[in-house]
Order: sequence, then structure tokens, then C-alpha cells
Amino acid sequence: MAEMLEVSGITKRFGGLVAVNNVSFSVREKEILSVIGPNGAGKSTLFKLISSFLRPTAGEVRLKGERISGLAPHIAARRGVVRTFQETTIFKNMSVRDNVIIAHHLRSKASLLGFFLGTGTAIADEAAFGQSADEILALLGLSSLTNETARNLPHGHLRALGIAIGLATNPSILLLDEPFAGMNHDETMRMVEMVRRLRERGLTILLVEHDMPAVMKISDRLVVLNFGQKIAEGTPSEIQANEKVIEAYLGSEDEAIGL
Amino acid sequence: MTRNRNTRIAAVVVFLAIVFVVVPAAISSSGRFDLYYTLTSVALLSIASAGVWLTFYIGRINIGQGAYALTGGYVSAILVMNHGWSFWLTLPVAGLFCAAASVLIGLPILRLRGVYFAMVTLVLTEVARLLALALPITNGAKGIVSIPLPGALSIFGLTIIPDFATLQNSRLAFYLLAVTLMVVCFAVMYRLVNSRIGKLCQSLQQNEELASSIGVNIAYLRVIAYAVSSFFGGVSGAIFAAISQSIYPSSFTVTDSVNFMLNCFLGGLGYVFGPMLGTLVLYFGWDLLFQTGQFQLLIYSGLMIVLMLVLPNGLLSLAETTRKKG
Ligand SMILES: Nc1ncnc2c1ncn2[C@@H]1O[C@H](COP(=O)(O)OP(=O)(O)OP(=O)(O)O)[C@@H](O)[C@H]1O
Ligand SMILES: [Mg+2]
Repeated sequence: MAEMLEVSGITKRFGGLVAVNNVSFSVREKEILSVIGPNGAGKSTLFKLISSFLRPTAGEVRLKGERISGLAPHIAARRGVVRTFQETTIFKNMSVRDNVIIAHHLRSKASLLGFFLGTGTAIADEAAFGQSADEILALLGLSSLTNETARNLPHGHLRALGIAIGLATNPSILLLDEPFAGMNHDETMRMVEMVRRLRERGLTILLVEHDMPAVMKISDRLVVLNFGQKIAEGTPSEIQANEKVIEAYLGSEDEAIGL
Repeated sequence: MTRNRNTRIAAVVVFLAIVFVVVPAAISSSGRFDLYYTLTSVALLSIASAGVWLTFYIGRINIGQGAYALTGGYVSAILVMNHGWSFWLTLPVAGLFCAAASVLIGLPILRLRGVYFAMVTLVLTEVARLLALALPITNGAKGIVSIPLPGALSIFGLTIIPDFATLQNSRLAFYLLAVTLMVVCFAVMYRLVNSRIGKLCQSLQQNEELASSIGVNIAYLRVIAYAVSSFFGGVSGAIFAAISQSIYPSSFTVTDSVNFMLNCFLGGLGYVFGPMLGTLVLYFGWDLLFQTGQFQLLIYSGLMIVLMLVLPNGLLSLAETTRKKG
């Protein structure tokens, strides 16, 4: 399988704190790769580095061989790296459908002036976005909520909307930060199914998650961070047997890593 | 849908009939020609307020529109007086000058949010006033006076607008000019807000980080919105200078900047036509309270506070609730 994303020697310092320390790994095409690690291990920081929301102190990120680290976030998104947020980050005061439609921005062929004047291209764009948004909403089980104002959605649906927004940008690789957080078992299982279906549609997925059973179930491979450093990488069964990983999670109960 | 569209078209037609036919007719039959001046001011102030509203729409509290109105007034006055330009040419140039200046100013300051952006824009108005006092070209505290009235505007020898100085009733002419520009301004705003650009602006207002994660060039969009806003400020200032035939450093002050913002609050930040209604109500409200003498400011401020508490979404939210009930 071809490599989609390559992270090499990436480091991020915040003053004296090294949040991410010389981390390297790569994500293959159509893979589900999870980044796990205790609180404060640097997972979210790593995500922000990959999606260019933060500039690395050292190292680089390449997407399909092209360097993307150090670009502005909207340009990284244009190249195909799109992140969803740890918090439920959505456009609160827009309808669910508008949230997804606006996220099609990258696909628009018309210019801003074109949209203002209502040119043929702009009208075609709008129609295409509306249709695509409806498909994405159906895929994520949000069809019945399309006209609801986003802030009124229950928690589980908010996460799904966050992912719908990510999908609408048509990314090459989607970064999901804690997609199962705050969900009960059933919701989590539904979301696991959802993420799998996305992969079947050809998407590469990188995710950060604390819910170990779900992570072990969903991931092809895992990368483990502790205090900013990569301490292990491998398949779920390899990780569950890894001494260093068990040590890092010690004190937080064995079941935390799904043993 | 079509019914909605028809009511909207009807509303526009009624509005146009009122401002272009009913008001002039009523004024000429009642002989209250001073009202022309008042209504012209309302129209121009609402154009400047519309600009402020647009910056609200991208999530920025703008208390600096006075700076651009002042700049627009000076640009027009200087070009007319020192360089002999036609007023009609200086009008778009004043707007464009302000838009260009706002791009330079906006690039650094639009990174700020909330109260920080608000404070910087507030200072901007004061900086503009001090510059007008200090620069040789603006003639200091004496300002620029005896600016001639707008001349004739003709294209290919065809006179579209007559020389204002030859008119018997230049007040009516200014009224028609201001109202026409107001209509154009709000038509542009309506279109902006109801096109994809409006949605993009809303996305900025609601979550800039998410907006950039879906590929929106937030820095660019912010600057564009701010430039359009300042363009409106500049144009309105230029006409003010032409009407009063003068411009001074104190023609637009911090108070005006604050009022532009209040107009938006009062009309409703969620409604494109909010600034127009807000300006009308505030302008006349202030005048009506004149009879209360020394208590004018006190009552005015008190009423504003009560209004904002009772109607946090502005006056136009009243129309919405009644429509929903009905
Ligand atoms: N902008 C910042 N400035 C300074 N320190 C930061 C910043 N962002 C993160 N950190 C620090 O970097 C470290 C890693 O944080 P990060 O959010 O990446 O952890 P995490 O693995 O995502 O944790 P969690 O599981 O709690 O989400 C923490 O010690 C955090 O306090
Ligand atoms: Mg985190």
C-alpha cells in the first residue's frame, strides 16, 4: 500500500515544554491509524502540527510526498488534510445542512465575485453542494435533522456533524480528535461502524482516542505517545503486548488498554 | 417560496415608493423642507452603519467607522478644492481610498478579536482626528470650507445629474442622492448576505478555527469584509462634506463611531436592514428627547439599555416574532 502521510522527526516546543518530541511515523492509504497515549501526551498537538494549525519547531509532514508543514491551515486543507476538533466544534447558529454546505467551500469553482453576482458556475456549485450535503448527512444518519439549528443537536449527533463537516471538504486524510468522547456504548459502536464505512469509501483516517476497546476494534495500526515521545507502533495485538505501553498506562488499570 | 418572493418584491416596491415619491410629496405639501436635511442625514448615516454591521457579521465589533467617514470627507474635499476634480469622481475615489487604507490597517488588527479589536478601532477614530489636525494638507483645525456644491455629471455630453448650484432645491437633490445610494448600498448588502459570501462571513463569526479547517482563507475574507465596510464609511463621509460644504477634524468623532455601532445593535445584528431602521429610530429618538433638556442624554442612555435588555436581537426581531405567531 502506498504511503499517504509521512511524519518525520516532528518536534514542538512550547517555551521549555517539549509537547511533541522527534516523532516519526507514516500512514498508509486507506488505513485507520490511531494515536493513543495518556492525558497530556501530546496527541492533540501532533494533530495540530499535521493539519498545519501549529508550525513545528523541527521536522516535517509530507502528504503524498509533498511537504505540507508550515503552510496556512486553509492551504493544508486544500491539499487534503482536514481535521475535526477535540471539542464539538461546529457552526452553532447555522442549520445542520448549512454547516455541511459551507464546508464544501474548497470544492467551489466560482469566485467570491461569482457568488455575489450569481453566475451560472455559482448556481451550479450551490446545487452540487446541496446534493452532496444531503448525501453526507444521510451517510452519517443526520437526514432527519437537516433543518435543525446545529446548537440544538444532542451530543452524539454533534460529533457526527463534526465529521460530516470534515467529509464535505473531500479530504485525502481525515484527522479525528476523540470522535467517541462522551458517547455511550451504543453510540460508540455506531460511530465505529461509521468510521469503517468511511474507510471503505476510500478515505485514510488518523484518529486520537481514549476509548481503548473502541480503538483496538477499529484500528489497523496504532502509534503510542508518552510525554511527547513515540514509545511504540504496531497492530492492536502488538500494542496490547508491549511492555513500554503497559508501563506508560500503569496505574490507570490494565483494562485501560483493553487487556 | 414564490409567495415569499412576491411579498419581498412588494415590500421593496412599497419602500421605493415611500422614499422616492411619498416622502418628497409629503414634504413639499407640508413645507417642512428642513426634513430633507434630516432624512438625508439618516440615509447617509445608515450607509456608514451598514458598513459597521458587515464587520459585526464577521464577528468584529467596529467602533472605528468615524475614521473612514472623516477620511472619505477629506479625500473628496481635497480633490475638489486643490485639484479641481468633479465631486462625482471623488465619490468613488473617496470610498476606494478608505477601502485601501482599511486593507493596510485591517491586515494587522483583524487578527484581534472581541474587546481588543473594538478598542483599537476606537483609537483609530481618534487617530484620524489628530491626523486631520496635524497634517498640512487637511488645513488643521480650520478645516476645509466653502467647498462648491456638486457640479453637473454628464456622460458623452448627456447630463445625467444637473449642477446642484443651479438647482432651486438642492436639498431635494441631496436627499435623492443619499437615498439612492442608500438603496444601492443595502441592495449590495442584501445580496452579499444572501449569497454564499454571507454564509462564509457567518462561519467566521461563529468559529474562525473551524472555518480555516474547512479551507476558508479567513484572513482574506476578513480583510475583504472590512474593506467593503470602510468603503461605505468613506462614501458617506464624502457626501456629508459636500452637503455641509465643509469638513473639520471634528466632523466625525468617537461619538459618531459609537453611534454607528449603536444603530446596528438597535436595529438588530441578525438583520441586513437593521442598521437602516436603527439609524432612523436613534436619529429621531435623539431629536425627540431634545425637549427634555439636560436629561436628554440620561433618558436616551437609559432607554438604550432597556431596549437592549428587552430586545437583545434588535428591533427587527419584533417583526420576526409577530410573523411567527401570525
Ligand atoms: N498552546 C500551548 N501552549 C503551551 N503548552 C501547550 C499548548 N498546547 C498544549 N500544550 C501542552 O502540551 C502538552 C500536550 O498537550 P496535548 O493537548 O497535545 O495533549 P493530549 O495528548 O491531546 O492530551 P488529552 O488526552 O488530555 O487531550 C500538555 O502538557 C499541554 O499542556
Ligand atoms: Mg487532546
